Amino acid sequence: MIGGGPAGLGAAVEAKKLGIDDVLILERDRELGGILNQCIHNGFGLQEFNEELTGPEYADRFIKQVKELGIEYKLDTMVLDITPDRKITAVNSHDGLIEIEAGAVILAMGCRERPRGAINIPGSRPAGIFTAGTAQRFANMEGYLPGKEVVILGSGDIGLIMARRFTLEGAKVKAVCEIMPYSSGLKRNIVQCLDDFGIPLLLRHTVVRIHGKDRVEGVTIAEVDDKKEPIPGTEKYIPCDTLLLSVGLIPENELSKKAGVILDKNTGGAYVWDDRETTTPGIFACGNVLQVHDLVDNVTDESRIAAQGAVRFLKEGEKTEPQPININPGDGVRYVVPQRVKKSRVEGAFKMFLRVTDVYENAKLVVDSDKGRLFAINKRRLSPGEMEYINVTQRLLNRFPDIREITIKVERG
Amino acid sequence: MQERYITCILCPQGCNLKVQIDDGKIVSVKNNGCEKGPGYANDEVFHPTRVLTTTVRIRKAKLPLLPVRTQKPIPKGKIFEAMKVLAGIEVEAPVTVGQVIYSNILNTGVDVIATRNMN
Repeated sequence: MIGGGPAGLGAAVEAKKLGIDDVLILERDRELGGILNQCIHNGFGLQEFNEELTGPEYADRFIKQVKELGIEYKLDTMVLDITPDRKITAVNSHDGLIEIEAGAVILAMGCRERPRGAINIPGSRPAGIFTAGTAQRFANMEGYLPGKEVVILGSGDIGLIMARRFTLEGAKVKAVCEIMPYSSGLKRNIVQCLDDFGIPLLLRHTVVRIHGKDRVEGVTIAEVDDKKEPIPGTEKYIPCDTLLLSVGLIPENELSKKAGVILDKNTGGAYVWDDRETTTPGIFACGNVLQVHDLVDNVTDESRIAAQGAVRFLKEGEKTEPQPININPGDGVRYVVPQRVKKSRVEGAFKMFLRVTDVYENAKLVVDSDKGRLFAINKRRLSPGEMEYINVTQRLLNRFPDIREITIKVERG
Repeated sequence: MQERYITCILCPQGCNLKVQIDDGKIVSVKNNGCEKGPGYANDEVFHPTRVLTTTVRIRKAKLPLLPVRTQKPIPKGKIFEAMKVLAGIEVEAPVTVGQVIYSNILNTGVDVIATRNMN
């Protein structure tokens, strides 16, 4: 496992339980658990444990299992390279340079936050601009509150969570600006992190200028039109000492590329089979390195799928799928994971994860094949901020002989 | 008859509950996706509660902060007061997950527990 966050931990535990003795987790941080360690808020584990846990508690459940099962892990260890034939080069200060020949590799490196540079805000370069996750680590683990008067750009879940965190710690969060007409965060977070504290969520607004030389002194915000262009005359100055960015997450795939893994431009993650095998045989991917999830419970779910795939690869070796089916995003669908299915290997059912491109009320998710319609599901509401899951049973796949393509689209009304 | 919309926060589904209140009582709850909806609506209308998650100072540990939470939800109106109480306390490592860090905060009958191990 490359990475000891929820995806790597879940995959390691599953692989060990399935009888693989020689499991190793490589983690670059000083402890296991990944980003869960800084997510001290609750809301984790409802599906997995049927109770509401905080991030560290969720991580602890898996770390305990890793220890009980005697799974080996190396901390403070940076993986430098993975080759397509699964030779891993890593380095740490105890062992020096390590080379490992792995029977199977599970990529579980997670994602990074989109930084300021990626969204091109004009203005100077003062201190006081943080990605929301960086501020979260400072406030929850390192013991520093990054500012006292805060504006947040982007309404992703981490930004919302940090709005509440700053408020509880005595800072003033003046506004959350979202360029889209809807929030990409979960509704429950808008309620319990913004509404509870009277923090305004300004939809169709963005930051057009950052002021201040050494430290942020304020930002100018403006309303945007349908093309996301600022509307002249709507500018408003807000004094603040801190700007938090919660403007998206990007799967961290530098190592995957070295391993020859082909990426899907829609997800930023690997192009995978339903068992989470990438285009490089024996290399699997799960969690946020594959697709950015809303819920850690789904990361765990996916980590098990990847581990099961990896264990099968270890036991049976490389096999060419005789009945591959491609899965394509159609109208209104931004992406679907997995991107293809090993039809001959589907046992019972498999799950498709997808995100839509826009907000739809009372719409249908339609699953078509090249041989005919498979089924449609009515949806009261679809939103890009909330991932959708569709279970596809083996029986449905057998409804038409020789299906080669599946397309999922949104139909209005 | 008064009508209110309340977003349920019990799970990520976030159902938009339609609540009808008459004579100081809830007479109907609609749009709930599960059986927990009506109970949540009742709590939210008459005595809203929240789980508080925060940190306290810790000595002799690798990190300066220990994450904690209230074991059960506490009244929403007591959140800031509870923050003040917890700002004043400091614990010493080692601490194990689930350990009570502060008992019966603000006489709510709810304990504050550690949410991770810290050596």
